[in-house]
Amino acid sequence: MKRTVTVTVLNQSGVLNRITGLFTKRQFNIESITVGPTETEGISKMTVIVHVEDERVAEQVLKQLNKQVDVLKVTDITDQAVVSRELALIKVLTTPQTRAEINVIIEPFRATIIDVAKDSVTIQVVGNFEKIEAMIELLRPYGIKELSRTGQTALTRGSQKQVTDLKQYSILK
Amino acid sequence: MNAKVETKAKPLKQAMSGAELFIEALKKENVEVVFGYPGGAVLPLYDALYRNPIRHILARHEQAAIHAAEGYARVSGKPGVVIATSGPGATNLVTGITDAMMDSLPLVVFTGQVATGVIGTDAFQEADVIGITMPITKHNYQVRDLNELPRIIREAFHIATTGRPGPVLIDIPKDIATTVTEPTFVTDVHLPGYQPNTTPNVLQIKKLAEAIAQAEKPLILAGAGVLHGKAAEELLAFAEETNIPVVNTLLGLGSFPADHPLFLGMGGMHGTYTANMAMYEADLLINIGARFDDRLTGNLQHFAPNAMVAHIDIDPAEIGKNVDTHIPIVADAKEALQKLLDLELTAPEANEWRLHLKQSQKEFPLWQSEEEEGISPQQLTKMIHDVTSGEAIVTTDVGQHQMWTAQYYGFSQPNRWVTSGGLGTMGFGFPAAIGAQIAHPDDTVVAIAGDAGFQMTLQELGLVAELKLPVKIIIYNNQALGMVRQWQEKFYEERYSQSLLPCQPDFVQLAGAYGIKGYSVSTEEEAEQVLKEALTSREPVLIDCRIKRKEKVYPMIAPGKGLHEMIGVRP
Ligand SMILES: Cc1ncc(C[n+]2csc(CCOP(=O)(O)OP(=O)(O)O)c2C)c(N)n1
Repeated sequence: MKRTVTVTVLNQSGVLNRITGLFTKRQFNIESITVGPTETEGISKMTVIVHVEDERVAEQVLKQLNKQVDVLKVTDITDQAVVSRELALIKVLTTPQTRAEINVIIEPFRATIIDVAKDSVTIQVVGNFEKIEAMIELLRPYGIKELSRTGQTALTRGSQKQVTDLKQYSILK
Repeated sequence: MNAKVETKAKPLKQAMSGAELFIEALKKENVEVVFGYPGGAVLPLYDALYRNPIRHILARHEQAAIHAAEGYARVSGKPGVVIATSGPGATNLVTGITDAMMDSLPLVVFTGQVATGVIGTDAFQEADVIGITMPITKHNYQVRDLNELPRIIREAFHIATTGRPGPVLIDIPKDIATTVTEPTFVTDVHLPGYQPNTTPNVLQIKKLAEAIAQAEKPLILAGAGVLHGKAAEELLAFAEETNIPVVNTLLGLGSFPADHPLFLGMGGMHGTYTANMAMYEADLLINIGARFDDRLTGNLQHFAPNAMVAHIDIDPAEIGKNVDTHIPIVADAKEALQKLLDLELTAPEANEWRLHLKQSQKEFPLWQSEEEEGISPQQLTKMIHDVTSGEAIVTTDVGQHQMWTAQYYGFSQPNRWVTSGGLGTMGFGFPAAIGAQIAHPDDTVVAIAGDAGFQMTLQELGLVAELKLPVKIIIYNNQALGMVRQWQEKFYEERYSQSLLPCQPDFVQLAGAYGIKGYSVSTEEEAEQVLKEALTSREPVLIDCRIKRKEKVYPMIAPGKGLHEMIGVRP
């Protein structure tokens, strides 16, 4: 099962190493990890997407993270209402004929073309994991030359109600 | 007069180097002894030590220094302090740091480092000690700014000794040690991410009390957490009040008197049949400060299959890690037991269970083979017990002799038993005995070792001779890597690949070369006589005991098997 865990840490040197090392040592499988400063100086936040076998391992992930001296707070936000976003840059092969098609495909994703070359365009898209996966699938037939993704970062929603409908989204909306 | 008043009103800050500050900080932590070995990167520290001494024990190898610090910490309850130089000095500590991490021993380890300006350039004797030790320390620090050193040292001692104890490492670049500052020493620690909980949840305690009242086959499993929590007295009171039988883990030995009628012995791979069957059959298993290690549980599928499991542990991550737990209690063992004792516990109706276990103990006692000439290692261990009235501090190395000592010495007091459990580190026992003897100079300290393991750190005979430490070294000499040999006999059809060690030094002469009295004994009569003489002397001695070469440790849970599948239960 896939869990989304946020980890608030003291911004000490080596702290990222400490966290990723812990995942290696305990054989917790990381899908993605993002890290950046928070609103408080000296404190950073990581968002980790981790694949675990079962509840017991999920609990171990949280407890082992919590044991770290530099870790201030660990939250499994998988079952909470969250907004999660990832940014992807996708370089797609183009021909004069396909360029317009690609434009049509990416438009509903609110993606933008940020670089144009003779035979390719680079597209920037922001969204949750599924949205980005969906767009990549649609672009794949044209030939993806390069792909770079940031991994997901997430926040719990300000209000924990009225979420269920928001979670659903249509790529064509 | 005036001058005096002035000083009092405004204490002048004293300028000192990083190295001097380091010594001052150790003194403020009441460090009485440090174990170490000098080298280039720590020369400033050693120079400061020369001018402002703290007792320093110069081991002959950094690995031995840290094992000695572990032995010291294990019997004294105080943190063991270690100093080593950068690069090879630091990497020589890796085994000991890992050992301390696995067995929750409080250590504060200082390593030198190349100067800050050249870190990362593969400078002479540079090693990424922070990277190397990150997964094997409770926490580690590299000092980047001298003014942080007082805080870091304070935090390190706090972290090492509170919560679940463990090793903390501080890496000090050489230039930091020579820089001069006017330090501000701190007494408080501010660690928002480190707040170990020691007080149990009242509801869970009540739940446990209810479970106890209803149990028919209750059992206590007591681990080293009872010792770290200084809770042996409370454990005894709790067991007696509820009349619940007790099993110890390997590291928990001594937390409950071995001669107590409620004691079932050690559990696990070489535990007693009754202890293991009790865990197998129990309907309530109260784990106090043990971590359900695989050498204890055997195959998890068959571990305590019918039991409601209560687990008292100071480390929340241990609860539910290996075994599903119904009553989790995150707390210090002493506090949790006190809370339980405050409750007017209803002792369970478990007469039948106790009778059943008593019967089992009678029917399946530990046994030893009657074959082969030579000293029976089990008898030898009993003799050591008798000659020392069961009151010695006993350390072991790792292997068969370790298991025989655990089975037969019969520890009745806490903190007299020093062994490497989690990591199973050969070479540990002898240096650990040195550290224990330094902590308790007047007590009898016996180092029991195999002939192979002793050869891993025997250079410390030099240290024993130099300090005239009255450590008693008893080698269980089977001219083999006995435990390996045993597994090869049982599980590899007697293919003794690299496990026989017929070529060995004359241990008596070896001891003699260091000016240490040595004996060699090959019969039980000789052994008894020599033990009586040697164990009461105030000198270091080495006794090379020729034990039965093919004797095996029984009973045993074979790898992958369950608690109820012990082999070698009877002759
Ligand atoms: C450093 C290290 N290397 C290897 C082992 C594996 N090992 C466990 S017991 C053992 C044999 C120990 O032989 P000896 O010291 O003679 O003790 P005995 O088992 O004969 O009592 C070995 C090699 C270990 N535990 N530690």
